[in-house]
Amino acid sequence: MQVKGRAVCVGADIDTDLVIAGRYLRTKDHSIWVAHVFEDLDPSLAGRMNGSVIIAGKNFGCGSSREQAAIAIREAGTVAVVAPSFARIFFRNAINVGLPLIECTLPCTEGSFVTFDLTEGWVETEGKKYTTPPLSKRMQEILAAGGLVNYWRTCR
Amino acid sequence: MGTLSERILRGTAGEYVDRVVDRAYVHDGTGVLTLEAWKSMGEKRIHDATHLHVLFDHIVPANNSTTATLQHELREFARSSFLRFSDIGGGICHQIMSEGIVLPGEVVVGADSHSCTLGAFGAFATGVGATDMAAIWMTGETWFRVPETIGMHLSGSFTGAAEAKDLALTYVSRLGMDGATYQALEFIGEGTVTLPMDDRLTICNLAVETGAKAGMFYADDVTIQYLARAGQVASLQEPEPCHYIREIDLDLSDIVPVIALPPRVDTVKPVHDLVGMPLDQVFVGTCTNGRYTDLARFSRIVKGKTVAVRTIVVPASRAVLHEAIRTGVITDLVEAGCTIGTPGCGPCLGAHMGVLGEGEVCLSTANRNFRNRMGVGGEIYLSSVATAAASALEGEITEPEVV
Repeated sequence: MQVKGRAVCVGADIDTDLVIAGRYLRTKDHSIWVAHVFEDLDPSLAGRMNGSVIIAGKNFGCGSSREQAAIAIREAGTVAVVAPSFARIFFRNAINVGLPLIECTLPCTEGSFVTFDLTEGWVETEGKKYTTPPLSKRMQEILAAGGLVNYWRTCR
Repeated sequence: MGTLSERILRGTAGEYVDRVVDRAYVHDGTGVLTLEAWKSMGEKRIHDATHLHVLFDHIVPANNSTTATLQHELREFARSSFLRFSDIGGGICHQIMSEGIVLPGEVVVGADSHSCTLGAFGAFATGVGATDMAAIWMTGETWFRVPETIGMHLSGSFTGAAEAKDLALTYVSRLGMDGATYQALEFIGEGTVTLPMDDRLTICNLAVETGAKAGMFYADDVTIQYLARAGQVASLQEPEPCHYIREIDLDLSDIVPVIALPPRVDTVKPVHDLVGMPLDQVFVGTCTNGRYTDLARFSRIVKGKTVAVRTIVVPASRAVLHEAIRTGVITDLVEAGCTIGTPGCGPCLGAHMGVLGEGEVCLSTANRNFRNRMGVGGEIYLSSVATAAASALEGEITEPEVV
């Protein structure tokens, strides 16, 4: 299935403290995480997340295991994160909360369209198409279910 | 045959395996989301509560009524479901698990990135998120991709004022913040025998700062004796011929006191280059350097003197605090002007008990110096305990003296 979004460019080694700061973690109110997502990186980012594809540098999501980082990005309306590499706990967390990740080095122009297809394994931006490595079968199933909670509720 | 990860996970590097988890733990932060995800999964089934731990360490005691309410719910659940529970004041999850719970050869997962600390025992220990943990509560198992391994060959022994933290920061700077992503680090070679368990825990603690999934030592006589003192019987692990994707040599006698500069753990310079930088706060503690030997080393340096900057010391666990009271270390610290916090994570994650103000500089023995982590506009420099002690006395970054 093809999905389209607008590029939001961030740098390399973005840690999960920058995605959602420790001072906002102690709540179950997801709207607080959405309101403060990326606040310490660039406070204007939260307003541009809906319908976005985040294009990041290497090692996105390093640091703390806080799953609120992946939840905040997904619930802010981001449709996927593209980066050459992801920190491994963030990788698992994102798939588990239903946020698609694409391992790929992409050029980034703020606001340009990005189209991708997870099953076919490609991403396209600025008129150029890139092949992306497929996720493992189980990860694809978890994503297709909308995350690990739904996967357990419906698929098993 | 194989790396320690391959032997424990029973697979070859690159392979995906499902493994029963020997121990799984959450803290008051990740436990809240774990409980929420577990409830949403519908079955409301706990696979085996005796292997599941809930340990309160991140915001202890609770700092406001929102936190208190979340903790209350998790505490009640842990008790009513017979999970192994450690309340406020018990200490940091990784530290408690290191005090005679985790054993060599076990598969250990913690809902915290520094769960890799426990690889010091020759366990495969790694961090997961809350939803993964919820599935583990329900099924008792999870999937792993068996990691490739970097062989970290240690030789020699520490000289001068260098300590395990300096080695840890040095290897993080050698590998970089993503130099070992998806991989494991194995610390091997004759240099390992010189390292007591507390040092190994510090060294493994920083593995995740290179992106590594695990940092591991083979269980040897040092491990066995440490566990015996904690009332546990464990067996030795012998290295076997195996394939490392990369090998790095580290001579402990080359290690010098270093500091990681904000906002990256891999930006590391000799303390010598930063001497004289004024400090607003010194923080000693955390899962990196909050053990009894750390507190004792700090107190040996500041004993009989007075710190020149506000200094917060947080024991990693109740056992650490108790030992430090018994031996007079706490008295020496208090007499030197230090403030003692409740066993736990303290101000490391910027939630309470030592948050930095705008423009303030902290020298910390923790493991992360990310932007705004300890408070908006505050800067964090990371060092060893000896460097923190020498610097606390001067109120500015100071080279530790050779004791």
